[in-house]
Amino acid sequence: MAISMTESAARHVQRSLEGRGKGEGIRLGVRTTGCSGLAYVLEFVDALAEEDQVFESYGVKVIIDPKSLVYLDGTELDFVKEGLNEGFKFNNPNVRGECGCGESFNV
Amino acid sequence: MALLQIAEPGMAAKPHQRKLAVGIDLGTTNSLVAAVRSGVSEPLPDEQGDVILPSAVRYLENAIEVGMVAKQSAAEDPFNTILSVKRFMGRGLADIKQLGEQLPYRFADGESHMPFIETAQGLKSPVEVSADILRVLRTRAEKTLGGELVGAVITVPAYFDDAQRQATKDAARLAGLNVLRLLNEPTAAAVAYGLDRGAEGLIAIYDLGGGTFDISILRLSKGVFEVLATGGDSALGGDDFDHAIATWVIEQAGLSTNLAPSQQRQLLQLGCAAKEQLSTQASVTLNYGDWQGELTREHFEILVEPLIARSLKACRRAVRDSGCELDEVKAVVMVGGSTRVPQVRSAVAKLFGREPLTDIDPDKVVAIGAAIQADTLAGNRGGEELLLLDVIPLSLGLETMGGLMEKIIPRNTTIPVARAQDFTTYKDGQSAMMIHVLQGERELVKDARSLARFELRGIPPMVAGAAKIRVTFQVDADGLLSVSARELSSGVEASIQVKPSYGLTDGEIARMLQDSFQYAGDDMSARVLREHQVEARRLLEAVQAAVTEDGDRLLDAEEREVITAEIGKLKDLVDTSDASAIETQTKRLSHVTDAFAARRMDASIKAALAGRRLNEIEE
Repeated sequence: MAISMTESAARHVQRSLEGRGKGEGIRLGVRTTGCSGLAYVLEFVDALAEEDQVFESYGVKVIIDPKSLVYLDGTELDFVKEGLNEGFKFNNPNVRGECGCGESFNV
Repeated sequence: MALLQIAEPGMAAKPHQRKLAVGIDLGTTNSLVAAVRSGVSEPLPDEQGDVILPSAVRYLENAIEVGMVAKQSAAEDPFNTILSVKRFMGRGLADIKQLGEQLPYRFADGESHMPFIETAQGLKSPVEVSADILRVLRTRAEKTLGGELVGAVITVPAYFDDAQRQATKDAARLAGLNVLRLLNEPTAAAVAYGLDRGAEGLIAIYDLGGGTFDISILRLSKGVFEVLATGGDSALGGDDFDHAIATWVIEQAGLSTNLAPSQQRQLLQLGCAAKEQLSTQASVTLNYGDWQGELTREHFEILVEPLIARSLKACRRAVRDSGCELDEVKAVVMVGGSTRVPQVRSAVAKLFGREPLTDIDPDKVVAIGAAIQADTLAGNRGGEELLLLDVIPLSLGLETMGGLMEKIIPRNTTIPVARAQDFTTYKDGQSAMMIHVLQGERELVKDARSLARFELRGIPPMVAGAAKIRVTFQVDADGLLSVSARELSSGVEASIQVKPSYGLTDGEIARMLQDSFQYAGDDMSARVLREHQVEARRLLEAVQAAVTEDGDRLLDAEEREVITAEIGKLKDLVDTSDASAIETQTKRLSHVTDAFAARRMDASIKAALAGRRLNEIEE
């Protein structure tokens, strides 16, 4: 089981962590909500929980709890620009359906 | 799919509930919009990658241009291209006419006191022009952040009064922006450096822009920034540095001082380029026509020294006004592109005895701070972040008898705030009361700024002093004021939302604060005098009425003569400025009428009791 990041995502996370001045890495997760069942969580991590699993891409820690990992296994986090907008994108092989806006999904 | 940003631990928003909020620096020359994304506050660029939007709007017959395009057309289309509109915000037409005879615009009087500018698209108020700038920034932010904004924090100069703040808020509303808060520019700069989370103490914000210089002394205590003093020079900026170099070139090259406007512009551009290069280089070679010369940084420093000295003088004055000492200042923040000049930095460092903060781009620092505040207000930050509070810049109060200003909310009170005070009637049977809302630090109404007037009517007839009228002043989180008055026994009520009458010049606002310190002594004696005059008039009126009514019945000729003489003396004194003589004579008149007053009292009691049974009276 594994989670990874593209180089551009890792660079951006690194920069954000430096700008913030603290943090172990970033947390990827899912929670049940939204119009289509599940939603992604993307947060800074200041303290690791006991059950957390840690992956590393380009020197940046990606932290995930085991429950979320089931839904996100094989996911690659990317950082992309779409016009003026820029942000993170989950390339999740487990997804079967998304809501129109793509903010929530189901497996 | 929607693109995500990294949230603070535990703060990841649910889908469709992400709260996008921005900070906007709506400047005289340039404007910026910034936002916090993935924990970092940064200005948002447009399609060309530029973060700075020149505050210029051009009205064409069926299009509106904003930014660089508009700025560049200023020379060819001066009537329809509006620059520096911020200077007109919340101003009356008369003030603007005073501002500058060389303004190219055609002003027209509107229905309200607001001035309108005639353009190819008809009449435009400064509020509408500002709204057009804000609309461009809002569109940029919504495209960049990928959604609708919940709101914006917009910065304003610390010395902006209610009228100017209200005008700024109106512009935002017109542009479809929800204003989370108006924030003072120096406060925003301090927030950008995280000083709101730092140790309590005094902070100086040195803001040297293109055409204006502002110095603000803030005090941080318990998470609140108080503006202790503001000062500056509305005709000192980086443009003057360019001027100094241009003048030097004219001298060196032996050019005639009678240059064509295009030559002047070339020389100023040359000066500006040289100034920027000298921030990193020790010397620069200048070419103008056949002439070539070298300007060293040392010589440049000699040229601009008098300009910097002027700014330092304003700094010392502001620190003095704040009632503190230079060495109490714990941090100095640099704002404005001109603070990149090394000489400016070293002069400021020397004055305050500490290195100024310069890590954040001085052109962007205000917008960056505003975005951090917007992010907090939108609820995207964890609990550890203190909610930054602001304070009212000038005291608010109302007019009382004798032309005195009674302060209800003193300046530097944190907002939002509500304060009430009880007042009463001055005359018997008074059925209405005029509430005159004022802003300022001085004691007399004529030295304060009039914000609004309204009348409380329908007060039931009572003797003077018996009615109880509670006046409540309420200031919301944006520093906007509403005033209500209520007569407590009858419940009649009147209130007003202060939409201030537009009309104070920049200089006047800055002066109001300074004057309050300078004239503190004069003001106090003026207040004492007015109070004695009011008391004397009140007594005169009462005694004269009593003599007319009961004089024949209750006074003998001699008594009446004495009282009339004392009345005459007090009448002669009441309009003089001798407060202690008025006070003495008032006491004297009161003293000689004591016996008369007692007799009147007895007479009225007798009249009330005559022909009544004891048990009737006891009830």
